[in-house]
Amino acid sequence: MESWEEEGSVSGSGLGAGTDVELVRQAWRNEKAAPEILPFEEALVRRLREQIQLQEERAEELKSEGMEDVVVSLHHMDSDRALFLLKSYLRLRLHKIEKHLFFYSSHTHLFARLSPEEQLFCNSCVDIMTQHLKQSVLNKLPQHYQSVTRQSTSSEDDDMVDSPQLDTFVFCKTKTDVGAFQLDDTGEEIVDLVVDDLYVLRYKSIRGLVESGQINLI
Amino acid sequence: MAGQSDPSLSIFSAPEVEFLAEDEMIEIVPNIRMDALNLLCGDFGPFLPQIACKVPLWLAVALKKRGKCSIRTPDWMSVEKLTQVLEAERESPREFQPLPFHYVEISRLLLDHAHDDIPEVYMVRSLIEDIRNVRFHKVESGLETISGRTHAVKLKNLSAMEVNIVRPFMVRVLQAFYKHDSPEMVQQVDTSANKRPQVVDRGPRPAFGKIWYIATAHRTP
Repeated sequence: MESWEEEGSVSGSGLGAGTDVELVRQAWRNEKAAPEILPFEEALVRRLREQIQLQEERAEELKSEGMEDVVVSLHHMDSDRALFLLKSYLRLRLHKIEKHLFFYSSHTHLFARLSPEEQLFCNSCVDIMTQHLKQSVLNKLPQHYQSVTRQSTSSEDDDMVDSPQLDTFVFCKTKTDVGAFQLDDTGEEIVDLVVDDLYVLRYKSIRGLVESGQINLI
Repeated sequence: MAGQSDPSLSIFSAPEVEFLAEDEMIEIVPNIRMDALNLLCGDFGPFLPQIACKVPLWLAVALKKRGKCSIRTPDWMSVEKLTQVLEAERESPREFQPLPFHYVEISRLLLDHAHDDIPEVYMVRSLIEDIRNVRFHKVESGLETISGRTHAVKLKNLSAMEVNIVRPFMVRVLQAFYKHDSPEMVQQVDTSANKRPQVVDRGPRPAFGKIWYIATAHRTP
């Protein structure tokens, strides 16, 4: 819990803009807009969870102290809003994992983006799905066609695994001046990213900026 | 489910966009005395009668509903400012005027819950309605200018609700153009017809790509 103290004090001093609620809100927005799963905000989620719990306890305390109803209900509203964000964030990630189960479980660098609980979820879903597919279809097929991830034993790669579509377009807002930014590999498509401008860009070309926090998806 | 919108298109539902707007700050004038609130989203107050202070919109609406404050209409929502914006919107067919990112939701919430605090409320309501219509029209006509080789669309000053409305259509259009415009796609037609047209890696692109500066959104059904 020492680490919590440390991280907590950094963001705890901020008003509005730097609060954990604000950070989770941005993480939620990015997660919603991004076609692939983003790294799990572990420390942030843990901090906010504790804060919500404390706030709920505080609201109960205020109530028992005979504080005005309005103050108590404002505290409840505040923690409910944070709770909604947190729940929605976690659910959203489960949806994404479920959608591309086999893809995430077979790509180690993406699998590492999941929280331990999500990894467990992913693995058990893979097991259940595999079992289901085998029982209902695959075991009845000729021997060469029984793989869950490949069309046949002659396939060179996992051609039956659906992957997130990174070629899609996303709406985004720049947080800082990025300057001239290359949109594709050949360097023939350059866009000048000015702070606070709104663009629709191909996710694949800006995913690095999303991860480094220079651009927000909206 | 906690109001989850369809994740397949990764769209925010309208209530979710409103939820985000409720965190925008607004000025209120309390008519009660209340200690400072230490909330998860920040510290606000102390609240003193007739002394203006800034709070998030959801807090302002909650207090207003209980008759404990009046909400100060933001500057941009005055008849004078809105008239200027409307005129400017009409005069520049390819640009959007700067308005708060959540102007649609904020004005809607204020008109719903604090109409008695807004001077010339009928005028304000109809001006905002007009501004929305002019902007939506621009978005519609802007969509017509999207074509193949559109790699980026710049939408300066487009608001959150407008983004949300236009997103599904815009994303699908850009994706379709992008896919059919790819050099591999064109080659594949004459090499093998049975091969799955999968666009995995993008080859060199022609040098005459364009970046469109347009306006955006279509009406909700």
